[in-house]
Amino acid sequence: MSGVIEGRDGPWEMVIGLEVHAQVISRSKLFSGSATEFGAEPNTQVSLVDAAFPGMLPVINGECVAQAVRTGLGLDAHINMVSRFDRKNYFYADLPAGYQISQYAHPVVGAGSIEIELADGSTKRIGVTRLHLEQDAGKSLHDQHPSKSFIDLNRSGIALMEVVSEPDLRTAEEAGAYLRKLRTILRYLGTCDGNMEEGSMRAGVNVSVRRHGEPFRTRCEVKNVNSVRFVMQAIEAEAARQVEVWESGGTVEQETRLFDPARGVTRSMRSKEDAHDYRYFPDPDLLPLVLDEAWVAGLRAELPELPDAKRARFVAEHGLSAYDAAVLVADQETAAFFETVAAGRDAKLAANWIMGDFFAALNRTGRGIGDSPVSAAALGQLLDLLANRTINGRIAKEVFEAMVDTGESPASIVESRGLRQVTDTGAIEGAVDRVLAAHPDKLAEYRRGKDKLFGFFVGQVMKAMAGKGNPALVNETLRQRLSA
Amino acid sequence: MSLDPATVRRIARLARIHVENVEAEHLARELNGILGWIEQLNEVDVEGIDPLTGAAQMAMRLRPDTVTDGGIPELVLGNAPDRAGTFYAVPKVVE
Repeated sequence: MSGVIEGRDGPWEMVIGLEVHAQVISRSKLFSGSATEFGAEPNTQVSLVDAAFPGMLPVINGECVAQAVRTGLGLDAHINMVSRFDRKNYFYADLPAGYQISQYAHPVVGAGSIEIELADGSTKRIGVTRLHLEQDAGKSLHDQHPSKSFIDLNRSGIALMEVVSEPDLRTAEEAGAYLRKLRTILRYLGTCDGNMEEGSMRAGVNVSVRRHGEPFRTRCEVKNVNSVRFVMQAIEAEAARQVEVWESGGTVEQETRLFDPARGVTRSMRSKEDAHDYRYFPDPDLLPLVLDEAWVAGLRAELPELPDAKRARFVAEHGLSAYDAAVLVADQETAAFFETVAAGRDAKLAANWIMGDFFAALNRTGRGIGDSPVSAAALGQLLDLLANRTINGRIAKEVFEAMVDTGESPASIVESRGLRQVTDTGAIEGAVDRVLAAHPDKLAEYRRGKDKLFGFFVGQVMKAMAGKGNPALVNETLRQRLSA
Repeated sequence: MSLDPATVRRIARLARIHVENVEAEHLARELNGILGWIEQLNEVDVEGIDPLTGAAQMAMRLRPDTVTDGGIPELVLGNAPDRAGTFYAVPKVVE
């Protein structure tokens, strides 16, 4: 995925910008006191404000404003101390007022940026144009009745943050990295759960193509793409379509398109033809949103450590590689798990165990870090048994599997199964002698110069000791005997 | 600023108001009259004055994040021309 499309007469470059709608975590809605909880019976979490009854007045939820400001601070963005709400006018059955309350000319958060990490280890800073608050619409169900659509307004009026990026992205991979990074930041901040499958984070993708060095050409927006993978596929499909249009002598028209994941193509959304004329105007029901400096400073002081800072600290404090640190900080719970395991221990070893055997065990058991069969404390105890040489590395893997299966502590597994490492030189010497006596032919070959057989002898001795021999002592004893 | 009948028809369509072609001409004249009247405001020198976004020079009051409303589907659906269970039912909207 280079971002360069080889056309019939020369390469094309992709230009990509993303608009992400992130559902704000709050108990009640942006302008009404009804609940935001997911999955309630239709129209039971709707106030007369959400249903746009005449004479109802919106009153803003302070926590939703705080969440938007926290997100802005987390994106290193300018906070606009005065912002304003506008009406965005369009007609749809799940928008009872005939307009969405949004922020057009004066958003609550201005320019910021997100640093993305790419597969080759490089990083790139992507500009964030703005973040504004707006209402979500209701939900339409089109497949319940042959001639009717069913409308549920439970989602109507829930607060959304729209995060708009600059057209700084040049490849589908960069767009994927941007979405994942934004999701990580939102989850760290606790301002959006980032769940794309359930629709609490939705992406619109603006795509255009151009010849290298040209100004931007006309873009198309691909709406409502609901996974990182589909966003990447939609970009590739839409860019390829546009190259085909330009190269066959046509002109790309600015329009809204839909991505069809089953067929891997985008198609025009003709019904939205007039939709771009939203006739925004200031909402006369709402006064300007004026923030207090001290209040914003208080929110800033309470921000958690964010992924970039945490990654830098893991590298500096724990000596991890940039890659390992990036993997561990991608999820807040994983980062906390690592810090518990690494506290007072070999951090590099802790990272290797978590990213290796531990992640593999989670995958295999289908569990998450929250309900992991092995706690951070238990994994730490296992590393202690390795560090004080109670067990060797091979046995540690066996103990770990037993921990996953039984949930028992590593110490009790080692005791009950007799897995303690053998460091008694007498026992090791005995095993070495028995192995050498059992393989006189191999011993003769070794003596004639076939050095490779050393590994064979180590394996046989370990096998004879049921894997519990101290590897260093086994090696040393073998070396002595063989050179005698 | 001046509106032609085609623009009037477009505005009417965006607002879902039915306007006959014969009405559009008449409406364009009326709307142009209103616009012309409002354009007199351009004569006022507003250099260095902040835009006024409301008559009351106050900031918005922030509400606490508590659930105080909802649970009234019968009231919410009270004026619905059609319903199915506690859903609104509307003529099928096809994408």
